[in-house]
Amino acid sequence: MARVLSAAFTIAVKDLAIELRTKTAFMSALVFAILVLAILFFARDPTAVASIDIAPGALWVTFTFAAIVGLNRSFLLERENRALDGILLAPIPRSSIFLGKLLANLAFVFTVEFISLPIFVLFYNVEVWSRLPALIAVIAMTTVAFVSVGTLLSSMVVRTRFAELMLPLLLLPFLVPPVVGAVQVTSRILAARPLSEMLGWLKLLVAFDIVFFVLSLLLFEVTLEE
Amino acid sequence: MTKADQAASLSVKGRIITGLALAGMMGVYIRALAYTPIEQTQGPAQKIFYLHAPAAMTALGAFAATGLASIFYLWLRDQRVDLFAAASAEVGVVMSVILLTTGPIWGKPIWGTWWSWDARLTSTLFIFLLFVGYLVMRGALEEPVIRAQHSSVIGIMGLVLVPFIHLTVYMFRTLHPTPVILKPSEPSMDSPMLATFLLSLAVYALLYIGLVVQRYALAVLREARSEEAANGIS
Repeated sequence: MARVLSAAFTIAVKDLAIELRTKTAFMSALVFAILVLAILFFARDPTAVASIDIAPGALWVTFTFAAIVGLNRSFLLERENRALDGILLAPIPRSSIFLGKLLANLAFVFTVEFISLPIFVLFYNVEVWSRLPALIAVIAMTTVAFVSVGTLLSSMVVRTRFAELMLPLLLLPFLVPPVVGAVQVTSRILAARPLSEMLGWLKLLVAFDIVFFVLSLLLFEVTLEE
Repeated sequence: MTKADQAASLSVKGRIITGLALAGMMGVYIRALAYTPIEQTQGPAQKIFYLHAPAAMTALGAFAATGLASIFYLWLRDQRVDLFAAASAEVGVVMSVILLTTGPIWGKPIWGTWWSWDARLTSTLFIFLLFVGYLVMRGALEEPVIRAQHSSVIGIMGLVLVPFIHLTVYMFRTLHPTPVILKPSEPSMDSPMLATFLLSLAVYALLYIGLVVQRYALAVLREARSEEAANGIS
């Protein structure tokens, strides 16, 4: 177990080091997120719909799209120079590769989310200070769901033609339950509703996280067989 | 007999079954329009039920078959299982198109709207889109073994996703008529109507079998041809 985790950590550090040196994917995802937030602000009739009404939806559409940009990068990185073959030759368990990629993707997506969150607060003029811990908890739960499925699917689409197009096509159906749940919980948090009104959705999110994390971990090995 | 010859004879059988099913479909139309009473509250619009509900059951059955075949593929690693999964998914997508077209045609006069974001509609739409994605991904992979592995992963993930999607959209809200046939108590339907429905379901099941057999035979033929081509080059 310790060996699996330490190998996973090495892979995550490697991925993040590559990202830190170029910052291409990170900057694209971040600027993309800000653009989507700004465009969605105008996607309403300002005399009929208050910005706060579309704020939860806008936040999660933005996070979903930004996560896809980041996840696309994860395995495409390994396709250049057939780097994936090198990783597969390394004497480490396959689950380490999945966990390492998962950790790196989580770090990537979380960073994009926590930089775009203040911008969201600024643009949509929402009151978050008192509800910040709850909001961060929902973001964390939903991001784990995104990234678990996304890491698995991004390892699969690299072998297809048009990998960048294939990922959103396959990933978005899987994001329906977490995104709908996250939007429902976020809008209740922003409206300062009691916890009892969000409990059902929170249970759904936790169940999704557990089921799809385990399933993705188990199925990952299949996708790397030759 | 070579693999290709077997596939060709299978394809003929598939065509015969499909022909029988299409003839049966004519029978369903005639029976539904001329020999089944008109429903009291919905009027003639209810007739579409005899196409809509069997298509829905066949589509979901087809996708379930794809999901189960995906599990079996990972266990048995037999290419035939993968080709069956793909054939079933393809027919499921066709059945979903019937389902998603007949639904709004009925919805307009009865609900007053073509589309509603009701739980069952929404689930069907997402499951349909997921399997369209499954087929698109198959088209983008050349290597048969990798294609089979990747497809089985999506098939299994899809099988697990369906209850989650259903729960999600159900928690959102629901408007669809509650089931009239598949429910614990006796079906709340007049017996001539139930007979028409069951006839239609049988015809759809036959159509599913006919189309899957043809599609499967075609996939086997295609594999055989590409193997021949590969051997010819080397």
